[in-house]
Amino acid sequence: MIEKHSRRGDLLLLLGFALVVAFAPTIFEPIGGGYPDLLQKFAIYGIFAVGFNILFGLTGYLSFGHAAFLGVGSYTAVWSFKLLTMNVLPALVLATVMGGLFALFIGFIALRRSGIYFSILTLAFAQMSYNLAYSVLTPITNGETGLQLTHGDPRVLDALFGVQHGDGLPSTDLFGMSMSGWSGYYFCGVVLFAMFYVSLRIFRSPFGMMLRAVKSNQNRMNYTGINTRPYTLAAFVISGMYAGLAGGLMAVTDPLAGAERMQWTASGEVVLMTILGGTGTLLGPVLGAGVIKYFENIFSAFNEATLMDVFSFLPETLQHGAVAITGLFVGEGWHLTLGALFMLIVIFLPGGLMEGVNRIKALFRGGLRRGEVRRPATMTG
Amino acid sequence: MDAFVLQILNGLDKGGAYALIALGLTLVFGTLGVVNFAHGALFMLGAFCAVTLQKLLSLEKVTEDPTQLTAWGTPMEIRTPYIETWLGDLGTTLIDYSVPVSILLAIPVMLVVGVVMERGLIKHFYKRPHAEQILVTFGLAIVLQEVVKSFFGANPIPQPAPEIVAGSADIGLLLGMDPGTVVYPWWRMVYLLFSAVVIGLVFAFLQFTTFGMVVRAGMADRETVGLLGIDIDRRFTIVFGLAAVVAGMAGVMYTPILSPDYHMGMDFLVLSFVVVVVGGMGSLGGAVAAGFLLGILQSFASMNEVKTILPGIDQIIIYLVAVAILLIRPRGLMGRRGVMES
Amino acid sequence: MTRRTITRRDLLKTSAVLGAGFAAPMIFTRGAMAYTNEPKGATVTFGFNVPQTGAYADEGADELRAYQLAVKHINGEGDGGMLATFSSKALKGNGVNGKKVAYVTGDTQTKSDAARASAKRMIEKDGAVMITGGSSSGVAIAVQGLCQEAGVIFMAGLTHSNDTTGKDKRANGFRHFFNTEMSGAALAPVLKNAFGTDRVAYHLTADYTWGWSQEGSIKKYTEQLGWKTAAAVRTPLGAGDFSQYITPVLNSGADVLVLNHYGKDMVNSLTQAVQFGLRDKQVNGKDFAIVVPLYSRLMAQGAGENVKGIFGSTNWHWSLQDEGSKAFVKSFGKEYGFPPSQAAHTCYCQAILYADACQRAGTFMPSEVGKALEGFKFDGLGNGPTEYRAADHQCFKDVLVVKGKEKPTSKFDVLEVVEVTPRSQVEYPAEMLGGELGPFNNGTA
Repeated sequence: MIEKHSRRGDLLLLLGFALVVAFAPTIFEPIGGGYPDLLQKFAIYGIFAVGFNILFGLTGYLSFGHAAFLGVGSYTAVWSFKLLTMNVLPALVLATVMGGLFALFIGFIALRRSGIYFSILTLAFAQMSYNLAYSVLTPITNGETGLQLTHGDPRVLDALFGVQHGDGLPSTDLFGMSMSGWSGYYFCGVVLFAMFYVSLRIFRSPFGMMLRAVKSNQNRMNYTGINTRPYTLAAFVISGMYAGLAGGLMAVTDPLAGAERMQWTASGEVVLMTILGGTGTLLGPVLGAGVIKYFENIFSAFNEATLMDVFSFLPETLQHGAVAITGLFVGEGWHLTLGALFMLIVIFLPGGLMEGVNRIKALFRGGLRRGEVRRPATMTG
Repeated sequence: MDAFVLQILNGLDKGGAYALIALGLTLVFGTLGVVNFAHGALFMLGAFCAVTLQKLLSLEKVTEDPTQLTAWGTPMEIRTPYIETWLGDLGTTLIDYSVPVSILLAIPVMLVVGVVMERGLIKHFYKRPHAEQILVTFGLAIVLQEVVKSFFGANPIPQPAPEIVAGSADIGLLLGMDPGTVVYPWWRMVYLLFSAVVIGLVFAFLQFTTFGMVVRAGMADRETVGLLGIDIDRRFTIVFGLAAVVAGMAGVMYTPILSPDYHMGMDFLVLSFVVVVVGGMGSLGGAVAAGFLLGILQSFASMNEVKTILPGIDQIIIYLVAVAILLIRPRGLMGRRGVMES
Repeated sequence: MTRRTITRRDLLKTSAVLGAGFAAPMIFTRGAMAYTNEPKGATVTFGFNVPQTGAYADEGADELRAYQLAVKHINGEGDGGMLATFSSKALKGNGVNGKKVAYVTGDTQTKSDAARASAKRMIEKDGAVMITGGSSSGVAIAVQGLCQEAGVIFMAGLTHSNDTTGKDKRANGFRHFFNTEMSGAALAPVLKNAFGTDRVAYHLTADYTWGWSQEGSIKKYTEQLGWKTAAAVRTPLGAGDFSQYITPVLNSGADVLVLNHYGKDMVNSLTQAVQFGLRDKQVNGKDFAIVVPLYSRLMAQGAGENVKGIFGSTNWHWSLQDEGSKAFVKSFGKEYGFPPSQAAHTCYCQAILYADACQRAGTFMPSEVGKALEGFKFDGLGNGPTEYRAADHQCFKDVLVVKGKEKPTSKFDVLEVVEVTPRSQVEYPAEMLGGELGPFNNGTA
């Protein structure tokens, strides 16, 4: 199970990752993804999934409530914008800390159980947070409408330093650099890179080794006299902080926090991202996050008129037929494509997208080790 | 007093529904070890068996009446169901009874769906990690859902209960209370009775037949049963089919209470998982008990008197109870050691 | 096993590469624009942001149909629909300001995040100069806020909460649809005629902002009539089974049940309330009544027979007999084979109103278009004389009170119009709902 990692390999990985982050606008332009909002989403959900993978990929504990930390992070960040300052640094720090605290509380309780019981405990906490945020906690969360900035917010730090925001609604900034559009993306990209690096360090550290040991056989660990709880709790809190940070970044690029960010479907989404990309792999979660967000934003945007354009090279009768058939899978049918994709990937690439990547790599290395594709570490029942 | 009786009835009714949905899920969980995220979709497919039958029964002969025009200028259409022209009053009665009659359609359809699903897909995932089971069944659920949506649209489609049980019964009279204080819809009582019967049948089947015995043995120790030379695979296929049928029937019977739409399965998915886990993995009795417990608690938590003291409690009661039970009893109400714990 | 990790220095080296990337955004900055997405070519792009998945997908599909029809009419295709009856004759059927209208679509999923992501895509990638659509207030308010920040106009679709043009109003946002305040004001006199002044109401309210807003308005106006409120109970969104909330109504002494629910919640709570015999019940010697303050015909179809005789309000209904409505129903029905919903109507109107304002302003610049819409009085769009009030960007017009039809002639013929409450009765001062429009934002592209 233990894979060899050369320092050179890791460095190449980081370098490649940095290059992709830096040139993402150019890389994704041809497939219609080269605009700031989508790339921000790639980066933010990438962070979320990378953090989730530290818990799930290493320890095998499947949390179904991670969206709660994301939501808490968002609310914290928006409150920081409302009460303290429009500068994003305090907001992100507070969001990460709150995500961690929340995770500490929930993790402390939920980690008393394992397997499916753990999953349901996390799910229950997240659903409670969502339901309350949507209804009775409206004074804090602004319920259905979502927490937004208003003109009359105090922003004490800004007032203290004499920062003026003009007539309209203020926008988030990093010491004067606007956090929307491309600069917002690069900010998220840098954070993603840093978080990816942290995750790599964790994967390669003795701590990461310990977490893997928990996954492979927790009982044996306990028999040897090691108390595994502090390790799993630490992993849980770290991934909660990642989620809080991701939630904070969502508020940074778009200062609105809604309760539905905490719904079980949102928790499920990060699970799907991680499995789709490849559980326990470093890059997989980022890939999975990108694919799901790409489908959600690009495939849903095709409508009959755009399809007609795409198939305009066909004779008219064929064109209508082609539009009718593809129309089932894009636009309002984008869910169908996503569902089918889940099935296809898991049937043909059990290790997620990363297995596909590895197979291609193996193919390039020639037929020497044909068929000997190593499956990345995945959760076992 | 009457409020109390009514909430007990509500709780039983809800509990019956929860238990019925959870039953199939826990069967699949316990026997096959598969986390089936498509279970809600099976419930939804059952409900749409009822919709399909209703649509088929009320297939209409369309004649145009050129003397009248619609608001957009085409001739007004006059629609008469074929079945009424063919069978007269019997046809009208059939349409009226379309929901209970569709049980007859749902059983074979869901059995086929279940068997095909198990043979075609689930079978290959017995040895795979739970995470992959979740991904593949969730994908399947989305696909099924979207297919249904493309046929029937996204809006709920009303499925009235038969005329004779459409109203409500004055139960209070039976209990010696004033008339009109405790009235309860007939259909909900039919549903409660139905779920009790189905749960009873499933238990009897597992308890008193050789087949059931083997399945129970398989639940306890699959490998040993396999070593004894019993073809456990074939039986598991049947178990999956059975779970699909139970979910489907639950769906059919629920349609008069909840107008079905393509998304209803997802709405019940989380809840049914909570019920199964609170009941304890691998325990059918636990799932049923948890279903009724959560149903009754939810009903009482929704009372005004409770809500004024604890605002929003009805929103979270199910999850709160789930947390409490799992903390007090590590494996839920009746869970067995080692099932789905790693 | 060799396990070496990367040092911080390695990291720094790698990070330097990132710096190179910062040059990239410059490549993408388009030529200077006077405002966000100023159209430079032969077309102008509208963004239609509607729910295509989730509970409101059918409503969203109907909205999209209406938008496509509106685009056709603006570009001079088809029969012109309500352009012929519209009081402003600025649009000539040759596009807007000499540009043909093109459009892009997106899926809101009825979630604020998804709706904003999809609106952002239209603005950042597709160059949409206006965003419109939606089927819930949370989404409308979220997208409205986004459009304000981005500097494009937002023409709200179906959103009924007071907040859209009250507490959360924005200069760049405009709403044609009515709100809970108007529903309350319009329903009250009709309820008085139908049920008298000595009534006790029991509210079941969806537990989120719109529900509370609805409950507040109905309470306010019915209590002015002399009605009493027995209780107002909050129900979780998407509860499915409402039995535990309905049974307490039976013996509460109330004789009217007000269902402040919309969409699926409305279908389920109404169906179940009728199953519990509430529609046929006698309390205090009076016939028990159920009221659904906001009706949607599309959703009412989901409740089937149960809507018969039940009062509610709606923004528009296809059976109206004014010239505008007739023209729209004819045009829509010919194209798609069935009548339009109120969601389709409000979206069609919004698209036409926006196009017309741009034509009158001679530009697509939000501040100028906004000024052309502010205080704009028009007629012939199916609601009688209407005004876009400048103070809160809310349309004021007559409100329809409807009732579930006892003898429907087709599956679309679910509601009948009981009364048209005139505008004067539903109007309220703009300050009443609070909020601040703020200045127009043209964006800086």
